[in-house]
Amino acid sequence: MSSVAVALEPVQMYAAEFDSFEKTLDPAEPEWLRRARKAAIERFQQIGFPTLKHGEWKYTNLTPVLKVSFKPAILGRPDGVVRERLEPYTFGVLKASLLVFVNGRYAPKLSYLRPLPEGVRAMNMAEALREDARAVEPHLARHARYDTNPFTALNTAFLQDGAFIEVPRGVVIEEPIHLLYASTSKDVPLLAYPRNLIVLGARSEATVIETYAGWAPDVYLTNAVTEVVAGPGSVLAHYKMQRESESAYHFGAMAVAQDRDTNVACHSISLGAGLARSYVDTIFREDGGSLLLNGLSMTSGTQQADNYTRIDHSAQACTSMELYKGILNDKSRGVFNGNIIVRHGAQKTVARQTNKNLLLSREAFVDSTPGLEILADDVKCTHSSTIGQLDENAIFYLRTRGIDEEAARNILTYAFVGDVMNHVKVAPIKIKLNQLILSRLPKGAALGETL
Amino acid sequence: MLEIKNLHVKIGDKVILKGINLSIKPGEVHAIMGPNGSGKTTLAQVLAGRVTFEVTQGKALFEGKDLLTMKPEDRAREGIFMAFQYPVEIPGVSNAYFLKAALNAIRKYRNQDEIDAMDFMALVQEKMKLLGLDETFMKRGLNEGFSGGEKKKNEIFQMAVLEPKFCVLDETDSGLDIDALRLVSEGINAMRSPARSMLVVTHYQRLLEYVIPDVVHVLVDGKIVKSGDADLARNLEKHGYGWILEEAPKPQPAVR
Repeated sequence: MSSVAVALEPVQMYAAEFDSFEKTLDPAEPEWLRRARKAAIERFQQIGFPTLKHGEWKYTNLTPVLKVSFKPAILGRPDGVVRERLEPYTFGVLKASLLVFVNGRYAPKLSYLRPLPEGVRAMNMAEALREDARAVEPHLARHARYDTNPFTALNTAFLQDGAFIEVPRGVVIEEPIHLLYASTSKDVPLLAYPRNLIVLGARSEATVIETYAGWAPDVYLTNAVTEVVAGPGSVLAHYKMQRESESAYHFGAMAVAQDRDTNVACHSISLGAGLARSYVDTIFREDGGSLLLNGLSMTSGTQQADNYTRIDHSAQACTSMELYKGILNDKSRGVFNGNIIVRHGAQKTVARQTNKNLLLSREAFVDSTPGLEILADDVKCTHSSTIGQLDENAIFYLRTRGIDEEAARNILTYAFVGDVMNHVKVAPIKIKLNQLILSRLPKGAALGETL
Repeated sequence: MLEIKNLHVKIGDKVILKGINLSIKPGEVHAIMGPNGSGKTTLAQVLAGRVTFEVTQGKALFEGKDLLTMKPEDRAREGIFMAFQYPVEIPGVSNAYFLKAALNAIRKYRNQDEIDAMDFMALVQEKMKLLGLDETFMKRGLNEGFSGGEKKKNEIFQMAVLEPKFCVLDETDSGLDIDALRLVSEGINAMRSPARSMLVVTHYQRLLEYVIPDVVHVLVDGKIVKSGDADLARNLEKHGYGWILEEAPKPQPAVR
């Protein structure tokens, strides 16, 4: 607390930061992007950082984050991030193009693109803005709302790099594209603003994985935003694997706009970071779409994982299926806040929202707030939320069959995530996820051998 | 095989078993009958290792080893199996995974190698046939959405696969239609052997028409008040428990 910079209020600090950042920007940067940055930072100054009094931030204490004076990661050096260190964050035999970003900046030497169908763009955002800003312009900063979310506003103001994926009409990409964001910070805490844009043409199909990786005890902040525009009839499977350093902070927002007859699945796996907050904001803007939000958080120690989701049914005959599960150990905390809005005239909507939480310790705490706002009359909507412990009867039952208590607890914990796992269709991702879940259970590896 | 001596058990402040004496030799099938609330299920659960019950006096020896200090999983590994009155549903754990985990835990305890996948399938299929279970059964979640009858069949199926030395059957006949009762009884009878003993806990005599016990005990208010042969069960079915209650209910040692 001796640093001079901390004397400034956090909001002023970021505003001052923006003034100097703006001067460093490429003079050739398109005008529309400049305007977006300006609008975002101005909006940020108006709304500021929320306190616990703001409804949506009631359970997310930002004080520890705001106390840290982060330096822009783009200035930091990619200390010691080599291929071997990234290997645990990839998916074994999975054939996938890999775009690596170190401290928010594209690392071409660590990346490799496998052959992609004609016309597909999978590149870094900085390059896209330099070389082909017109492809980005119709979409960037038009879906992730920065008017209410200060972190999205900051990301929009400071964005520099990330991934740009565009799949032309009718093109199916068989292999996933893996975006891997690695962060390190040795001496000063760093702050990165990955910004991704995924644009799917009509009837196109893609699988995109985002992995956020880091290593304890590194302290840094990731403020990531991903925008998805799904053209008519397109299919997207999106996986987010949040595996940040357990001393890091992760704020991630995802905005999805779905056109007619689209099929989008967003899987969100949250395992890392000291404090992680994920915000998934989707809208059906045309009829006949379907959406799966499939989430799993596993926390221990003093970790906190918050999940906010918002599904906007603005069109008819759309189906949303939301399943979020949390497993909380030790003194960790979690928040689920799900909001489904079914607008006037959004008839034949089907919306199912389920949030289930398993507390493995008496000191773990979770707050679950499911929400449905229905303004149409011909709809099928349900929501449910549970918080509970492992069933002692079930543990006893397994033990009477010769299974020891620890294994019984592991089996039941693993069983708890069974339906989340069933939604994961890509086998190497499923295998990896299995390993990650088991490795977080006491002696879980032994359980894995018999699976 | 099993020796129970002067067993007293309470739950909270409520005394449930008030001095049970029971001696079961290898190959014998004993039945415990009694009205609701007499303590039958408590006895079964105490033998399986449920900790919600507190043993205040007495002991239980299994093959000479002190059963009551053993963890439930160790009792199972030593060869005790309880078929539950209300088997637990565990979605997300397949019957196949569960049974293999159980079998291997028991084998490990006995210093045996893990069972080979092919051998396991062969064993399981043989036992499934015995109980009329279909192919999809092993892939389903453990007891998940099973009917009462299916759950009871699953208990006996597990028993057949795990091949325990001593089986405790807690109200296994309840909730079974006549066909299921016949299948379950055949499954139990197929497991009777000179080396294996059973304790059949039941309110009704129904199951005992198929699984003929060697000894029948009547449990009333936490004590065994009468012991006899299979005819005792038939008498109880015909006349109810009233006539026994009217007899001087002085505790008797188990009939040998």
